Parts: sequence; structure tokens; C-alpha cells
Amino acid sequence: MISARSLVKAYKVKGKPDFVAVDGLDFEVAPGESFGLLGPNGAGKSTTMKMIGAVSTRTGGDLSILGLDPDRYGPEIRSRLGVVPQQDNLDAELNARENLYVYGRYFGLPGKVCHQKADELLAFAQLEDKAKSKVDALSGGMKRRLTIARGLINDPRILLLDEPTTGLDPQARHVLWDRLFRLKERGTTLVLTTHYMDEAEQLCDRLIVVDKGRIMAEGTPASLIREHSSREVLEVRFGSDRNQQAADTLQGVGDRVEVLPDRVLIYAADGEAALERVTAEGLEPITSLVRRSSLEDVFLRLTGRSLIE
Amino acid sequence: MSSPSAASPPPPPVDAGAPALDDLRAEAFAWARKPRRFGSWYVTEHMVRAMRAYGWTIVVGAVGQPILYLLGLAVGLAALITVPIVDHGQQVSYLMFVAPALLATATISVASEEMTYPVMSGFKWRRYFYGFNASPLSSPQIANGVIAGATARMFVASVAYYLIVWLLPFGAVPNPATGWLAIFAGVLAGLAFGIPLMAYAGSIQDDKGQFALVQRFIFMPMFLFSGTFYPLDTLPLWLQWIGWISPLWHGAELGRVATYGAAVDPLMIGIHIAYLLALSIGGYVWGRRIFVRRLAT
Repeated sequence: MISARSLVKAYKVKGKPDFVAVDGLDFEVAPGESFGLLGPNGAGKSTTMKMIGAVSTRTGGDLSILGLDPDRYGPEIRSRLGVVPQQDNLDAELNARENLYVYGRYFGLPGKVCHQKADELLAFAQLEDKAKSKVDALSGGMKRRLTIARGLINDPRILLLDEPTTGLDPQARHVLWDRLFRLKERGTTLVLTTHYMDEAEQLCDRLIVVDKGRIMAEGTPASLIREHSSREVLEVRFGSDRNQQAADTLQGVGDRVEVLPDRVLIYAADGEAALERVTAEGLEPITSLVRRSSLEDVFLRLTGRSLIE
Repeated sequence: MSSPSAASPPPPPVDAGAPALDDLRAEAFAWARKPRRFGSWYVTEHMVRAMRAYGWTIVVGAVGQPILYLLGLAVGLAALITVPIVDHGQQVSYLMFVAPALLATATISVASEEMTYPVMSGFKWRRYFYGFNASPLSSPQIANGVIAGATARMFVASVAYYLIVWLLPFGAVPNPATGWLAIFAGVLAGLAFGIPLMAYAGSIQDDKGQFALVQRFIFMPMFLFSGTFYPLDTLPLWLQWIGWISPLWHGAELGRVATYGAAVDPLMIGIHIAYLLALSIGGYVWGRRIFVRRLAT
């Protein structure tokens, strides 16, 4: 469905060398796959999405979407994509249903079909009772669901979602994940960017970890964790001025020890056993927590930085 | 750091039931055919639909403004100005003289509304142009749709104005056979003012009250010094240039030819039309470029 080879996007900056936002990405997305780009803010995820969305042209490399070059066949590609942008861009002068209707018209769908699709999608987005509400009267989660519904008006082959749940409360996120999961079950190809690891783990069959416009790692969430982290993580807090000192003492416990400003992470196959070793060293953490390794740990391992800074 | 390709597992095998690339391509070509051809009209449809949210303002403005002006001028000012106006050597009533200029003012004022805030909103406040642009529509089609939507509203204003000055018993349109052409002169003046303004609005990154400045220092002086209320040649030469460059004067002169057959040199009629077209086309080229550039970032 999508094939990128050495994909580059650079921006001209006056009086300075070009700013390279995307620096040679290689990836493929297969039909029905749910593919994620995981990385911190400014990693080049949104820029990549704009190139896949055939609105921003590449500076170098090759890109093919549905077998077509986006530089030449933008309208053709966009006619088969659904796009959910990072910032909602619904028309506030129109109500929820009208937003869906006019968007359907953009794809050349006849008015009757647009009305029918609008009703179906309002049901899918669980917004039937908000059909006549103006956009401003909807909550953040509802606006996102409406934007997703709008992105589905043309039964897209590929749905692009840029940070779909950023800024939503946990309940709204779960409702949204449920809807996206249904799409995935129906076989829609999903491409999403996120800086939330739990989101990537929930929704992505495969993902690339991106930092500074480059791919740091690629694989399924489970394989990335297996490859780059231990099975479990012990998080211990000693107080911000004692964490470093405690970590020095704990070197050798587990596979690896990482110090963050507020806590110490100990990577180990058995977290409980590691905790026993910590107390055996005579250290008494203020709090301790044993959890499974996540993609956050993978990112920390690969870049030495946390995803959300 | 692992190299992207070395550590990466191959993508999952393509589902046997998945469509072939050739089919996907053919499907995309079929879907894009109508948007490529009619995309500008889809945007127009959207803009007009969005205007319904303030439909009453449009109707009341289009009908109320001429009535207020006519009452004010015909019953008030015209009663004071008993000497007929001499326009291009022809004596006309004061109301006959001002009506075509007021019609052009109405369309220009619609243009100054529809080509500013909605454009700023589309790019910056609501960002809905980016939503349009994610669909098969192209950036120039979005610009076309904004212009066509505004033109539709200008026509509503222009037709309403014309009907009122023609039908009310003030005798403002002695030549109804050609008078209706004033509607088009007004819309052309609106486009000549509005399209460059749309391009300017598209180039604004931050709203620092620029539109209020346009209103005060471009629209108002244009309204006052474009031969709207008195023939332009009664002004001293050092003020006449404001009229020469103003779309309002060119539009009003064309309207006067239409409504009472003002004795304007045919060459000047050509110049009026050419000037208004030049502003519209120049503004379009500029605006189109701004839309393309801004929507690609």
C-alpha cells in the first residue's frame, strides 16, 4: 500500500543550513496492516504523514502510495485516503452531520449517498444524538470521533491518524481506541503516529521508532520490547537528591540500571527478585513498582531520552 | 543504535485477498475523476452552505443597506442638493448619480467581508482549508471555491441593490434596458477589490488587526474619494489618483453607463473593464500561489 525509500524532507531556513525533518526513512505498509510511527515531538512523524497524505512534497527519495507517486497523482491518492489530522479542522459554521455531508461531496459522491454515509458514520462514531449540534458544542472526544468519521466518508483504503488521542481524557481515548479497533477488524489499513506507548501497543501490528527524522528500530511492539528491553522493570524512588547515589550502589542488579530525575529503573527478568536485591543492599526506596517492559523503555534504551519530555 | 534495515523484520506477507496494485491504481483514478473536474464547485457549495449560518445577516444587509442609503440620500441629502449633477456633460439627478456607485460599494463591502475573515479562519483559526486539502481537492480549487462563494454573495447583494433602486419610485434607473448590466459592473468591482484582498489575507500569519486597517485606510478613503458622491473631476488633481486606482470608481463609472447612459468615452469603458480584470487576474495569480504554498506546509 505504501512504500518509502530513503524518504527525505528538508526545509529551507534563511541564513542557516537546511532543516532536515525527515532524514532517509525506509518502510513498507501492507494491506490491512496497522502501522505506527512512534517518537517524541519533533521526530518528523507529522512531516512523514503529510508526505504520505500527498499534501507535502518530498525533497528526496522515493514514495509510492497505492502504487502512485504523490508528487504527480495527489488527487488520485487523496481520493482513497482518510485523514485524521493532529488538530481538528472541522467547519464550526456547520453542524456535525453537515460536516460529514460536505466532506463527502469533495470526493464527488452524489448528495444522496453523502446523506446516507453521514448517517451511517454518525452511528459508527456514536454521535447520532449530536447530528444537529454545531461543532463547538461537542466535547474534545466527540470532535475527534467526528473527524475520524469524516475521514471514513470515502471508505478509504488507508486511514492516516496523526496523534489521534492527544489531549483526550482516558475514557475518551478508550472509546476512540475501540472504534479504531473495529476499523482494523474490518481490514482498513491504518497508519498512525503517536507518542503514547500504550496507544502504539494497543493499535499497531508493527511500528517504527523515529527520532530526529531517522528510524531507530522497527518491529512488532512485542518484538521491540523483547529485543531492546528486559521482561520486567522495577521502578524505585529514593527522593530526587538520592536517586543517583542509590543507582551507583545498585549497578549490577538486573540487566541494566537507568536513572531518571524522579526515579531509578532497574531492568530485570524478575522484578520482584531485583527488589529483594535492592533491600538486601540496605537501600529503602520510598516507593517501588514492578511492571512489564513497555515501548517507553525501548525508546529510552534507544535514544537515552524519554518520549514525553 | 540499530540500523533500520538490519534489525527490522520483513513486513508481514500481503494478504491473498488484498486487491492488486493495478486495481488500487485504477480505483484511485476513477475516484479522482470528478473531484479533478468539479472540485472548485464542491468548495463553492461548502462556502455557500456555511454562509447559511449567517444567512439573515446577508439578507438583511443586502436589502436593508440600499433602502437606508436611498432614504438617507433621496429624502435627506438630495432635498438639499437641488442643483443637478453634471456628469460627463450630462445633467442627472443626484440619486441617479450615486446609485451605481452605492451598488458597487455594496459588492466591495461584501468582498471585504468574505475574502478576509473566512480566509484567515480557513488557514489559521479553524484550519478548515487543511481539511479540504486532505481530500482530492487541490489548493487552487480551494482558492477558486472561496472566490466563487464570495461571488455568489456579491450577486445576491448586487441584484438586491439593483432591484431596489430600479423599483423604488426615485427614478434612479432611467435606462432599465441596459441598467441591469450595473449588477455585473458591481460584481466585477467587488472581485477586483476582493481577490487581491484574499491573497493578502492568505499571506497573513498572525492577526494583528490588519483587516481593521484595510477597512479604515483603504476601504474608507476609497469610498470617500472615488467619485461616489460627486464626479471625480471635481476633486483637485492631487486627490483624483485615489479614484483612478480604486476599483470602486471604475465599477461606478461602468454602472453609470449602464443605468443612465453616462457619456463615457468607449475607450474609457474598455480601460475600466481592463483595469478591473487586471486587478482580479493579478490578485488571482498571487492568491493561488499563496494557497499552494501555505497548504503544502
